[in-house]
Amino acid sequence: MESTNVYAYKLVSRKEYFSSGHRACQGCAEALAVRLVGKALGRDTIVASATGCMEVTSTPLPFTNWNVPWIHVAFENAAAVATGAEAGMKALMRKGKVPKKRVTFLAMAGDGGTSDIGIQALSGALERGHDFVYVCYDNEAYMNTGIQRSSSTPFGASTTTSPAGKVVPGQVTWKKNMAEIAAAHDIPYVATACPSYPLDLIGKVKKAARIRGPAYVHILSVCPTGWRLPPELSIKAGRLAVETGVFPLYEVDDGRYRITVDVGKLRPVNDYLKIQGRFRHLDETMIEKIQKRVATEYARLQRKVTMSRGD
Amino acid sequence: MAKRIGLEVSLSAAEAVKMANVDCVAAYPITPQTHIVEHLSELVNNGELDAEFIPVESEHSAMSVCTGVAAVGARAFTCTSSQGLALMNEIVHIAASMRLPMVMILANRSMSAPISIWNDHTDVMSIRDCGWIQVFANNGQEVFDHVLFGYRVGESPQVMLPVMVHIDGFILTHVIEPVEFWEEEQVKEYLPDFEFPYALHPDRPVTMGGLGGPGIFSEVKVSQDEALIHSKGEILSAWKEMENIVGRSYHPIEPYRVEDAETIFITQGSFGETVSLVVDELRDEGQSVGLIMNRLWRPFPFEEFREATRGAKNLIVIDRAISYGGQGGPLAIELRSVLYKEKNQPTFANFICGLASRDVTIADFKNIYRRAMEKVKEGPREEDFEYYGVRGK
Repeated sequence: MESTNVYAYKLVSRKEYFSSGHRACQGCAEALAVRLVGKALGRDTIVASATGCMEVTSTPLPFTNWNVPWIHVAFENAAAVATGAEAGMKALMRKGKVPKKRVTFLAMAGDGGTSDIGIQALSGALERGHDFVYVCYDNEAYMNTGIQRSSSTPFGASTTTSPAGKVVPGQVTWKKNMAEIAAAHDIPYVATACPSYPLDLIGKVKKAARIRGPAYVHILSVCPTGWRLPPELSIKAGRLAVETGVFPLYEVDDGRYRITVDVGKLRPVNDYLKIQGRFRHLDETMIEKIQKRVATEYARLQRKVTMSRGD
Repeated sequence: MAKRIGLEVSLSAAEAVKMANVDCVAAYPITPQTHIVEHLSELVNNGELDAEFIPVESEHSAMSVCTGVAAVGARAFTCTSSQGLALMNEIVHIAASMRLPMVMILANRSMSAPISIWNDHTDVMSIRDCGWIQVFANNGQEVFDHVLFGYRVGESPQVMLPVMVHIDGFILTHVIEPVEFWEEEQVKEYLPDFEFPYALHPDRPVTMGGLGGPGIFSEVKVSQDEALIHSKGEILSAWKEMENIVGRSYHPIEPYRVEDAETIFITQGSFGETVSLVVDELRDEGQSVGLIMNRLWRPFPFEEFREATRGAKNLIVIDRAISYGGQGGPLAIELRSVLYKEKNQPTFANFICGLASRDVTIADFKNIYRRAMEKVKEGPREEDFEYYGVRGK
């Protein structure tokens, strides 16, 4: 599906695999992303979820929002559980105990469950080469437990454990680049996505499922509650993250980098920062520091794209 | 007649896993468990066992992978020891709570610190309340039999629980013992294919492991405890059927020469075989001594113990683990509860020994017996326990 196709929206499945009635906050872009991933993967999917917002809001026993088989075991092991399911099913099919069929194994976790506590299990699963898709829904902090900082929280953001204080102005470290860490495992497919660009997201998730072997999709998921912005600005905030170059949309397909949503000249980062309460305290010096960092990282990404063309 | 061969216990354990036709083995190396997984990887790579061998990056992932394997209805195996068990602890509890059958061999080893690769039961006791069915195997044959037993019992629709087989690290894992293999037909008769009614499959979407609020949590946990308690019926019938098929009979506790015994040793794990020799020698010396080896650690055989110790005057309970700040070793604590309501309670002498594989020989157990008899004369306080064979004690 090409995102330039004006009919493309009509080709998105009307079937819902993540149903309405979940208990996520108003304007939760993560819930939207989960829904889109469901549409991209379809019914023949088995999901292993980490502990986090999406687990808590979608499966309060005895209720569930999941129309596909779904399992949650713990916080840090979504990748291990998904690869166990994949290996188990592979053996069952090979031994003729279950009819052969292509099933997508999806591991899903938040940024904490991916870039902090789950990074070891994820790295192991990627290295072992299982045929599965790992999706990180990155809302840039531990939102489920009350907006504590993670290694994925951006520089300067105020959270409940990196508060904007009189001496320390919020998060003092730079956001861990999880997509690049995944790509360093030399797996067949890595991509970044954002539900503000639904067709780009769906296309990437479909591709991730189609490719044999491990695939990693890092989805920026705007969290109005944690980012301190009105719920109706969720989609806009996602667009601004992309348009400012803070969160570029790209893929690494068999080692080749490609920017999938070319936004042309980048907007100033402050357009993105100023609508969010978590950055309210930033002074001009800090904003300038962020602007420089974004420019450097974007240029680095562009160099990788150029190098890939030369392949 | 099934073949009987001499084989290292770890290798025969792996051969039993092969006979169980497992679908996935996920494991991380830790001494003294290593020979089991090494041999399994050989069996898989040589095409002798049709299974996925998943060399995970940690024990936490080993147990996590096994939960995923079991959740799709495939047969999972893993094994570990001490620190590995501690690392996977979180998921060990969850596997039982989610009622996911699998078998894990625990090559029992001390918990750090100081780090020690040697054997005792401190690792077992750290997961006493994890909700798994737990059995102790005392020799190579028992290990072999209980791998098959584990799948048979755990996968039974009335049970649906994971099963842990405890074997003493090095003392058992690394010795060569005669083992009688099962015939293929015997395994087929004993162990049906795993049919998990709620297996994850796109044709039957189920949600597993959801959030349990205060309104439902207690009911879930109580039903889990009831499942473990009621698993005993299936455990007994699985042992009975094993006896019918291969002629070896197992029981929750294994009494040895307890008839009319005034004093009864109680052991768990490989100490049992040593103490059985001690009992023979003491009997030859005219002492009225017997032995009960506990096999079933969870669910605990309360009734059997009450029955078997009725009439005994003294109990000598041997523990291979410390319950720090507790009333003696974990086995002794359990047995005190068992006998609390009994009329004519026996005296109770608890000895903790053999930590990190420190040798406890026949002569040592005789010393323990003599010391216990002294204590009887002294009029022991019931909460007393002693460390045996420790310098300065």
